[in-house]
Order: sequence, then C-alpha cells, then structure tokens
Amino acid sequence: MTVDLAAIRGRAWLFGSDISTDMLSPGQYVHHPMEERLKHVLESARPEFAGEVKPGDIVVAGPNFGCGSSRESAPQHLKDLGVAAVVADSLARIFSRNAIAIGLVAIACPTISEVVEDGDVVEVDVISGRVNIPARSVSLEADRIPEPMLDVLRHGGIEPLLISIAAEQRDE
Amino acid sequence: MYPQPTAAEEILARAAGKDRVSAGEYVVAQVDAMMMHDIFAADVLSMLERTGIKRLYDPDKVTVVFDHMVPPPSVSAAAHQAKARELVRHFGISAFFEIGRGICHQVMVEEGRVSPGQLVVATDSHTTTYGALGVASSGIGSSEMAYTLATGQLWFKVPESISIVLEGRFSYGVTAKDLILYLMKAVGSTEAQYRSVEFGGPGVGELDLADRMTVSNMGVEMGAKFAIFPAGFVQTNKEGANYAASHTVLLDSLAPQIAVPHHVENVVDVNEVVGTPLDQVFIGSCTNGRLEDLRQAASILRGRHIAKGVRLIVTPASAQVMEAAAREGIIEALTEAGAYVGGPGCGPCFGGHLGLLAPGERCLGTHNRNFRGRMGSADAEIYLGSPMTAAASALMGAIADPREVEGISAGRELAGVSASGSGGSGTGE
Ligand code: SF4
Repeated sequence: MTVDLAAIRGRAWLFGSDISTDMLSPGQYVHHPMEERLKHVLESARPEFAGEVKPGDIVVAGPNFGCGSSRESAPQHLKDLGVAAVVADSLARIFSRNAIAIGLVAIACPTISEVVEDGDVVEVDVISGRVNIPARSVSLEADRIPEPMLDVLRHGGIEPLLISIAAEQRDE
Repeated sequence: MYPQPTAAEEILARAAGKDRVSAGEYVVAQVDAMMMHDIFAADVLSMLERTGIKRLYDPDKVTVVFDHMVPPPSVSAAAHQAKARELVRHFGISAFFEIGRGICHQVMVEEGRVSPGQLVVATDSHTTTYGALGVASSGIGSSEMAYTLATGQLWFKVPESISIVLEGRFSYGVTAKDLILYLMKAVGSTEAQYRSVEFGGPGVGELDLADRMTVSNMGVEMGAKFAIFPAGFVQTNKEGANYAASHTVLLDSLAPQIAVPHHVENVVDVNEVVGTPLDQVFIGSCTNGRLEDLRQAASILRGRHIAKGVRLIVTPASAQVMEAAAREGIIEALTEAGAYVGGPGCGPCFGGHLGLLAPGERCLGTHNRNFRGRMGSADAEIYLGSPMTAAASALMGAIADPREVEGISAGRELAGVSASGSGGSGTGE
C-alpha cells in the first residue's frame, strides 16, 4: 500500500479534548465481531460518526487524543473505518506510537481544533508538517514525524514494512 | 553554553549517535538489549515469521524468559509457549530462559543482560526496573518489538525529566516499597507521565540494588517512561540540567505505606488501615520477590505462625533467590510459619493463576498493581505494601504495622491467643 503523505485531503469530523481509547474502542464490545465493534467507534462522543464517516475523512480533535490504554485496536478501528488521518491539538504518546505501528496517519497540530469547523476540507502534508484549511485561508504548522516513522507510514504500518525488509534480506 | 544533559538525554544521545539531544526531540536510536516474556514472545516472533523476516538484526541482544504462565496452567498457554520455543530456536535466540529460571526483569539483571548507560526495550510495562542500574528502559508494543528485532533500532521521543532528591535514612520497618508508594501519593501519576524520573541526593546510598529495583519497577505506575538511578558513568540530578520538576523526600519522615483499592495512587499511612481483615497475603513479584525481601519477611515470621483464616503465598523472584533463601533457612522459616512457597515466577501477581481471589476476598500483596480484577475476581480487593508489612499482616490476619510486630506478638502471648490473629479472620467466609 502506498499513501501520498504529502497530500492527504478530506472532510473534517470535529471532536473535543481527551478522546480516550475507551471511546475509540469501547471495552464492552472487545469480544464482538469486528463489524459490530466498528459500529460503536466514538459513539459516546458523536453517535452518528461510525455510520456516516466516509473513506478519506479526517478526524480533527482537541488536546490529548487517544489517552487511556495501550490497545492497538483504538487506531486500528479508525483505519478500518477508512479515516485517512487524525489531526489533533496533541496526541497521547502510546496512541501516536500505536497509530504509526498499524499505519494510521496521526499528527499533532496545536490549535487545529480551534480553527476547523465540522465538515471543513482539511489538507495534511505529513512530510513538511503543514495543515491547511483552504476555505478559511488558514495554514498551520504541525509536528514533524521523523523519517523512520514516516517510512513506517509510507508502507502502511510495521507489518507491511517488515515484508519489504524481508524482501531485502532475500536479495542480499 | 548548552545545559548539562539529563540521564535520559545522555543515554538517548549516545544511542542515537549524536552529541546531544534535548527533551521533545525525536531520535532513532540503536537499542542495546531487548526482552520478551511468554505472553508476547509467540506473537512478536510470529509476526516476523509471517512477514518473511529471515534473521534478527542481532539475536545476541535478545532475551526471552518464560515467567508469566509457568508452569502452563492451560492448554492454550502450553501451546503458546510451544510456538514461542520453536520460533526462539528458529531465530537463533540463545538467551532463552525456560520456566523456573525466574521473573523476566530479575533474570535480566542476574544474567547481566543489562548494564549502566544502555537503552533497553521489552514487551512489558515494568521494564523501567533496569533504571536501578542506570539504564534507560521502557515497555513497548508487539509491533514495535517486531520492528526492533528486525532492525536493531527504534524511534524515541526524548522525555522531559523530573528530579527526585532523597535525603536522610529509613527508620526501622520502612523500606524502598514505602518510598515508592509514598511517591505515588505525593507526586501521583500525572506529573511524571511519559517523563523520565531521576533519583539522586545523599539518600540514594540508603538504597541497595534490590531497593532501587523496587523503586524503578514501580516508576511506571507514576507514568514514567524511565526511572533512573545513578550507576557506572550515569549520573542523575545534575547541576545545570533541565528538570521539569523537582521533589525532595526525607526518608526519616516516612511511615509504612499502603495502596488501598483500586488504584496504586490511593496511598495511606499504614495506621489508617491497620486491622483491616485479610484472606490472603502475597509476597513476591518483580517488585518485591528478591532475597532481601524474603529475608525481611522471614525476620518477622521466623518462629511464629500466620493467623488462622489467612493464607500466605510466597513466590521467589528467581531460582537464584530461591536457592539463596533455602541456604539461609528462609524457605524453612516461611513454610514453618504456614506459608505456601511456590516456584520462581510471576505467581499470582497478574491474576494468571497460582492464587486468584474469590469475590469479596481481600488480599495484601507486595506487587505493583491493585486494579480491580488484577488478581482474579473483580469483586476482590487488593492492598499493596512492603514485605515487612505483608509479613506482619500475615501474622495478624489483618493489615498490621511492622514496627509494632514485637508488641503484637507479646500481646498475643499474654492474651493466650495462639495462632489466630486478633484483627479478624477475613471477610471471605
Ligand atoms: S511479577 Fe507481575 S508485574 Fe512483574 S513481570 Fe510478572 S506479572 Fe508483570
């Protein structure tokens, strides 16, 4: 899978602060089939989200997105729903590591939640660390993701990256 | 002039091949040692097998220890371990320690798999333990471990640091466990979140290696990424280094501490809960299952017997600990006092097996987490304390202050009370 990390473009779903891994991946559904689990993603914050989110949409949120536990299912569910990126004022550390590990773009962009309105088109350039909201003529600086983590994202996560590392091992 | 580096900055700079790094910066660093235990080894190594990875970056840096589900209590645990064993062989990992060797973190230190100034990762949150040896060490997820095994490196955000200055001396009955429980109360688990906690000051000399391991082990309960003591060339609490916060603890002022249900931050002085009836007492885990801990427990239990209605489970942290404890007569003293002494390993610490709690039961343990459901039933209560507090409490059948133990014993003899504690005999009947 290849993603153009310099040109992610999608419609924003706006969320508040402290969106937790419990909201992203509610504990009471962990043993349910995946299809069922995905219906409950973020339902306690915005009940319509899981039903209406479209592939390529972008989740925009306030500070401390992804706080809570270390479950990898939290970013995985967003990826499975087709979310192209998470852009938040700040990201909980374990969530941001797990997001990259499973191949979901998650980037911190201070004040983003104050300038984006729900439904705005948001453009994310992960490579140069910029987030634009064209309709509002706003361009914000985002945290840069260091090169090896970008490499993981380019491959779509650690597992696909390992497949290409394995191919290099064979060629040696 | 640049500021002095903190211990975390110094270690990460070296591992990243840079002159200096500062808090907030991301680096890619060469990892000096990696460890997996039986819960995750099969998953991680299976991912490598599945993706076609032929060889690890450096199998000699990798340690695998079977300690959690040992001996396997279920067919699925046995199958999981069998798969991991096969892949350990396949990938040429020679530092593989079978069931019975001990708890992973203890084994890593005993086997010299970590040394001062290193950067170490493992698939376990209590990896902060090696901070006792001046190591920057932290727990990581399975995917990241697979990546690290394949490439030898991983990305890190250089953490901010907090300095904890220790002064004075412990008074009798107060130990390193009480210090870290006190810090859970005084500093909590927000301020240290993702930061590196550095311990220093004249009081660090009061803490031997076992004590430091206890404190660094529970550093992760404060939210810390690293919990570093000075060791070798690694210095802590340096003048001119940038610390986000600083705290001073006067060791003399500490009383025995107890974490009450259901969070490690809910810490009180022991006198606030003395007399709370117990069904089970557990002495063990990577926090407090070392020889020093068993010795302290035996110093209270030798020649006495635990209260009726309470069970005492002791699991040594490693085979070496068990052997030394046997040589010193500690095992005998404990079994004579009525303890069930299990084999080396995690024991009931995480609720896998070997001592789960029934609904309504109450346990005091020397381990590190008292979350609801951690040791079995979600309707059980877990209290955390030091090995001395645990031993005194087992004698009484209720939470007891180890500083009062002579008095308790004399009082019991005077009152003609034999083996049954006067603090009640549990809530589980
Ligand atoms: S003793 Fe407990 S905390 Fe330590 S590694 Fe084992 S399960 Fe984890």
